Amino acid sequence: MSSFFDRYANPTRFMRLATAVVPWTAAATLLLLGSGLYFALFDSPADYQQGESVRIMYVHVPSAWLAMAGYSTVAVASAFALIWKHPLADLVARAASPVGACFALLCLVTGSLWGKPMWGTWWAWDARLTSVLILFFLYLGHMALLNAFDDAARGARAAAILALAGFVNVPVIKFSVDWWNTLHQPASVSKMGMPSIDPRMLLPLMLMAVGYTCFYVTVLLLRVKGEILSAKIRALRLSLMQVANQ
Amino acid sequence: MNRLATVILRDLRLALRQGSDSLMVVGFFVLTVTLFPFGLGPESNLLERTAAGILWVTALLASMLSLDRLFQGDYEDGSLELLTLTPTALEILVIGKIAAHWLTTALPMLLAAPVLALLLHLHEDAFLALMLTLLLGTPTLSLIGAMGAALVLGARRGGVLLSLLILPLYVPVLIFSVGAVDAAAQGLPVHGHLLILGGLLLAALPLAPLATVAALRQAVE
Repeated sequence: MSSFFDRYANPTRFMRLATAVVPWTAAATLLLLGSGLYFALFDSPADYQQGESVRIMYVHVPSAWLAMAGYSTVAVASAFALIWKHPLADLVARAASPVGACFALLCLVTGSLWGKPMWGTWWAWDARLTSVLILFFLYLGHMALLNAFDDAARGARAAAILALAGFVNVPVIKFSVDWWNTLHQPASVSKMGMPSIDPRMLLPLMLMAVGYTCFYVTVLLLRVKGEILSAKIRALRLSLMQVANQ
Repeated sequence: MNRLATVILRDLRLALRQGSDSLMVVGFFVLTVTLFPFGLGPESNLLERTAAGILWVTALLASMLSLDRLFQGDYEDGSLELLTLTPTALEILVIGKIAAHWLTTALPMLLAAPVLALLLHLHEDAFLALMLTLLLGTPTLSLIGAMGAALVLGARRGGVLLSLLILPLYVPVLIFSVGAVDAAAQGLPVHGHLLILGGLLLAALPLAPLATVAALRQAVE
């Protein structure tokens, strides 16, 4: 385990691995999202209560999962960066944060679009939607702190501490929002989940979920590559300036 | 323990000599709360229903506004670096600073809260619950806020950034405090809410100083 992480602490070696892996994950993304969308839009039944609008679920639910997976990535990478000073972990946290924020935003937008025909309103203070909204704010804070310092390393360390504190808080916030919602609005809204899901709906949902994950891995690897390259460019610029000064 | 008292006394003395700072926090609290009847309208039913939320959200904003001076002065004049070099665990000193901050900012708000609750027609059964939630909740806010204040030391636009970082983390305290006051106004038991607020405080008491110290150390490095 640790030797695996040590091995890929070397940016050049990681770049080689990423370059080899990205075409495969990109191809898997296309295949899975393509087939998943086909099943989701054409070859799955409409819900007996929600009608055709249930198809929003196939883009909404995976984005919620990926929004949480993204924050977990940021938190785990931050722990690696703080504890073992793993040189790539900072870059992974920096690369994952905006992607996760986009998934959270996608989840909020699709949830709002789904809410209009279902609840008759664009926004309900549903416990799950509210937790995703707060998760989105946590992402914004993390990104803002990352870029708030002139020294990028300083920003990375501060943001790592914040990410861990946020990660400890996520279950507490989730619990309190669930509790708050049941207090303020009894079960009318939160009962919208399907009690048992039809297998013909489960197949496209799973395809989409795995497809989203492949997409996330692809984008994450590409962004980490980009971060490594921009760090190299910064280092080159710095040494050029030193040469020019001498 | 001795050193903890030293830090608390030092910060209290500094706050008392400057004086105006903690008065400004209460001033903000009072003024903002009195704005709400203008925004919502003077109907006493509406105010009674929203009093707990208004008081708590405003207290939360006021305690956040006062955070920037928790470490900023020490950071700028270099005494923070000296504090990190003392043989005493920095966690102890940080708890001392947070305690002094709570005494100079949250305690005056606690004293102003019953008067404001009266102005907002808060149900009389809810006064005790309001005071207890403030007593249990504001130390948690100070603890979480200290971490945020330490993280933004030396950052650009630190004040605005601070609100983005810590307001999401304040949500649980707000939910359970307002829940307790609402429950008390309806004559329901508040025991459970207060236990959860106490639990949040007990969890924040060891964890938040750890994160704060980590943030301070990387700030003075």
